[in-house]
Amino acid sequence: MKRFRFNRFGLLPGFGLTLGITLSFLGLLVLLPFTALTLRTLQISPEKFWEILASPRITSSFRLTFLTALVAAFINAAFGFLVAWTLTRYSFPGRRVVDAVIDLPFALPTAVSGIALTALYAPNGWLGHFLAKLGIQVAYTPAGIVLALVFIGFPFVVRTLQPAIADLEDEYEEAAASLGANRWQTFIRVIFPAVLPALLTGTTMAFARALGEYGSIVFISGNMPYRTEILPLLIITRLEQFDYAGATVLAVAMLAASFTLLVITNLIQGRITRYAQESMK
Amino acid sequence: MKRQESGKNTVSLSRDYALRDPGWVQWTCIGLTLGFIALMLLLPLAVVFTEAFRRGIQVYLAAITEPDARAAIRLTLVAAGIAVPLNTVFGVAAAWCIARFRFPGRNVLVALIDLPFSVSPVVAGLLFVLLFGSGGLLAALTRWTGLQILFAVLGIVLATMFVTLPFVARELISLMQEQGEEEELAAMMLGASGLQIFWRVTLPNIKWGLLYGMILCNARAMGEFGAVSVVSGHIRGVTNTLPLHVEILFNEYNFAASFAAASLLTLLALVTLVIKSLIEIRERRKMDAASVES
Repeated sequence: MKRFRFNRFGLLPGFGLTLGITLSFLGLLVLLPFTALTLRTLQISPEKFWEILASPRITSSFRLTFLTALVAAFINAAFGFLVAWTLTRYSFPGRRVVDAVIDLPFALPTAVSGIALTALYAPNGWLGHFLAKLGIQVAYTPAGIVLALVFIGFPFVVRTLQPAIADLEDEYEEAAASLGANRWQTFIRVIFPAVLPALLTGTTMAFARALGEYGSIVFISGNMPYRTEILPLLIITRLEQFDYAGATVLAVAMLAASFTLLVITNLIQGRITRYAQESMK
Repeated sequence: MKRQESGKNTVSLSRDYALRDPGWVQWTCIGLTLGFIALMLLLPLAVVFTEAFRRGIQVYLAAITEPDARAAIRLTLVAAGIAVPLNTVFGVAAAWCIARFRFPGRNVLVALIDLPFSVSPVVAGLLFVLLFGSGGLLAALTRWTGLQILFAVLGIVLATMFVTLPFVARELISLMQEQGEEEELAAMMLGASGLQIFWRVTLPNIKWGLLYGMILCNARAMGEFGAVSVVSGHIRGVTNTLPLHVEILFNEYNFAASFAAASLLTLLALVTLVIKSLIEIRERRKMDAASVES
């Protein structure tokens, strides 16, 4: 008869082996590179750090990156909600297909989205030459950056909202209607507050992704210093000049921004879970 | 579901009335959605293929079979061919120890696994440049062993592995937590060894989730641009992956060739989406069947 040796963390075998594999991967691919980044950062004096961050080219790049990401986040919230609502609530021919292509921006390599959007919106492009007649230029302006960010960001909003809208119980809307609310009032007072946490989560995810996005932007932005130069591009420029300190400072600033967003997303998600648990009681 | 079915029939119940939006609202929403999708998703797809074939099929075929393009395709396949299986091993191992055991530091581990998703691809590439570049923590390793990492295939593989690390693990952790360990415990009580439990019980249960994670991991691995761009050094025919090849040709105004290479990556994305949808449809059918049974 075989004797079982129970691990104190669980009953199944294989704990040591799988934890070992996990830790070696994480050590080599995540911890070691981040240690290297920390060591490089510590070599830079605080004065130098602020001096690099405060240079006008970098502050204008920060402003551009955050503002375009913010504008794109608002557009994503609006259109993401519309698409998620339509796909979960209404039936129309081709709904399944539309639902499947929503993920295209996740699957399409960013470089491909970048050149495709540029070919569409460049002044001599498919749509660009119509817009040029109207005096609107999209490519090589901040508007082009926003466009690319909407492309890569809106699936985040749709995919977080869909389950939230589908999980809404009919009873609440029925109760609202039976109490005399019209459809619009029900939407504003009952449905929207219920899906707001999911909307915020999705939008924050899109915003976080937008801050670090590179591939889909570089082609359409035109990369003009002070005008359309985003932060990730600035890091690449620094690296090409072998200015490791400059690149490190920018990377640390960007990481700080994305971790703050990560914490915000987790807080929102924590609230959703708490709501769900309370409503179960 | 209920609502969609009732949409097809005539509305007869007053209950339905409370949940239905007016017809014009529905049609406006559907119209705006279809317009948005056509403009944002279908038009870019159409552009890729139209521009790729603009100068005829001969030019297209020449563009994807010339030596630099072939080298780029080969390198992309090699990088994904190494990164995806390794990250699959990682994902299975991570899911096994996280979903089946409770131990101190478990949440930290989950956070570390998710970390690459919240790092900009460019920063991801930079991390490896700082690690192996001059003055870096492991720069000495490169010097002693003569092993070229930056601006070489190895660096590309490492950067690709970093950005695609969470895909399989994330998928499997939530799936295995949801499934619970009862079946595996039963197998263990019947005398199965660890490997037997994994091959006979766990793997059949998670195989679709595993495939799902792997194809998403593969799509990202073959399409990664920012991180690979930083570590590759853009040496034509040597360290150029397919996305980097697309970039170089586009910046040289060789649009037909650039879009031809891009069309291959677009096909990859479309195939990925089709497989993904098929797995999801399968999953939904299974869930519907389960809910009918209960």
